[in-house]
Amino acid sequence: MASIAMEQPGRARLGEAARGAKRVGLVLAGLTVFWGLWEAYRWFGESVGITWPFRVDATNMPHIHDMLNALTKPLQPGGPPLIQQEWHWALFTGKEALLGFALGGVIGFGIAVLLAHSRILRRGLLPYVVVSQTVPILAIAPMVVVGLGTKGVKPWVAVSVIAAFLTFFPVAMNTLRGLLSPDPRSLELMRSYAADRRSVLWKLRLPASLPFVFSALKISATVSVVGAIIGETPASIQDGLGGAIVNFNQYYSTGPERLWATNIVCAALGLAFFGAVVLAERLILRRAPEHVA
Amino acid sequence: MNDRPAVAIAGLTKRFKTGVTALSGIELEVQPREFVSLIGPSGCGKSTLLRIIGDLIEPTSGTVEVNGKPAHRARLDHDYGIVFQEAVLYDWRTVAKNIALPLELLRWSREKRAARVKELVTLVELEGFEDNHPWQLSGGMQQRVSIARALSFDPALLLMDEPFGALDEMTRERLNLELLRIWDASGSTIVFVTHSIPEAVFLSTRVVVMSARPGRVAGIVEVDLPQPRTARTREEPRFFELVTEVRERLVAGGADIATAEAEGVT
Repeated sequence: MASIAMEQPGRARLGEAARGAKRVGLVLAGLTVFWGLWEAYRWFGESVGITWPFRVDATNMPHIHDMLNALTKPLQPGGPPLIQQEWHWALFTGKEALLGFALGGVIGFGIAVLLAHSRILRRGLLPYVVVSQTVPILAIAPMVVVGLGTKGVKPWVAVSVIAAFLTFFPVAMNTLRGLLSPDPRSLELMRSYAADRRSVLWKLRLPASLPFVFSALKISATVSVVGAIIGETPASIQDGLGGAIVNFNQYYSTGPERLWATNIVCAALGLAFFGAVVLAERLILRRAPEHVA
Repeated sequence: MNDRPAVAIAGLTKRFKTGVTALSGIELEVQPREFVSLIGPSGCGKSTLLRIIGDLIEPTSGTVEVNGKPAHRARLDHDYGIVFQEAVLYDWRTVAKNIALPLELLRWSREKRAARVKELVTLVELEGFEDNHPWQLSGGMQQRVSIARALSFDPALLLMDEPFGALDEMTRERLNLELLRIWDASGSTIVFVTHSIPEAVFLSTRVVVMSARPGRVAGIVEVDLPQPRTARTREEPRFFELVTEVRERLVAGGADIATAEAEGVT
């Protein structure tokens, strides 16, 4: 029989562990290099007196260990350490982002399925989908929160709607591309079976679109976190990371580490969302290695 | 089936929107249990003709009947299975699930599907590969999956569009023998497009020689080689006579064999 990729399970598992360790090692190495570059630039900038594009000093570039240290100290005397409060903010913003991600995903997916089935709709509706993304989110965020607030929608749900507004777009675009990706022969095969539209959608277009969908969800995962943070700020929501960022911005000159520490927490939240999508992709997509991004 | 022809084509013409006349005045009948090959130079419309029989494209004029029904009705009734040059397997499905695809569409129960897939896997000799994905198989194995899938719902007619064209000579000859065994076992009628003269002669009960631009039937060669055919059939003098006859018909039909050979007609 011809060539066939057969891996011995034992060796494969060992290889996987080794690959995992290697990946963690690379991430740590990357972080170390980043740390080193940051501190080197800070040291060099301060001793030479760099002022462009910004003055290098303790305010603009706090030491990274100072940022991490700020997480361990309480905001008010006697209060819990900052990290504990960051945790609550992250949960709040995470909740907004998760709902926004889900809403955007479902809406984007629905739009894609709709557009995939009608050339006329694609011609007519697609430009508006694109235009929707040129609307500045900062301009509409207060309107969304206030407007939905008068309808009795909780502010955090309104922020989710703002996040969804950002996340539906990559999902719609990529899913549409994925749904239209099957080659003519695959479609001809379905035609030869006299398959109806729904069967073609379920048995061919949807499975074919999954790699595209996951690419989009990876983008949306991080965008939903950013969207939730941005959504909080003009709406003056104080319970999440966005509110904390606004707050720490006002006290930046006296405590820049706190803003930076919050940025790190935001990044961690975004990474957690991204990681969850990657994990889901691993579990759901089992196909040729070159098809898994 | 009964004594109705498996395929009956009358006065068939196909003109593409580009103005090219692909097929002109095609008359052809294929009887049940026949193995008919369509052969001709590139651009003679043999694949187009196959697609019209399968109602994948529509003729400009003329009629096509499959099992006594219009081709469109026959497609809706799942009267034929098709095999393309590429296996056209769905990457995300295992071998077993690819074979079962038409059965899922026909809403067979899970148990019936499993039983049928088991039979087919045995028929195309892919035991042990049921749970593999297409990208783990060689080209020849992929094409066997594709054949099993086409046979899964036991269609009376099998349409094959250069199914072995992309395979190496050794694999092709082995699959030729396997196809004849499957043809014998399944009792189906086969219409087979190829541009290989020896392949057409070896497999067929009749070879339909087509000429190019526009595609017409230039002649029909009855292949009177004894059944069942074996690897030795290719060495018989009668085999070579028939190969020569088909080649001469191709030339008479206007095929420039020198050019055609460069294009892959051998």
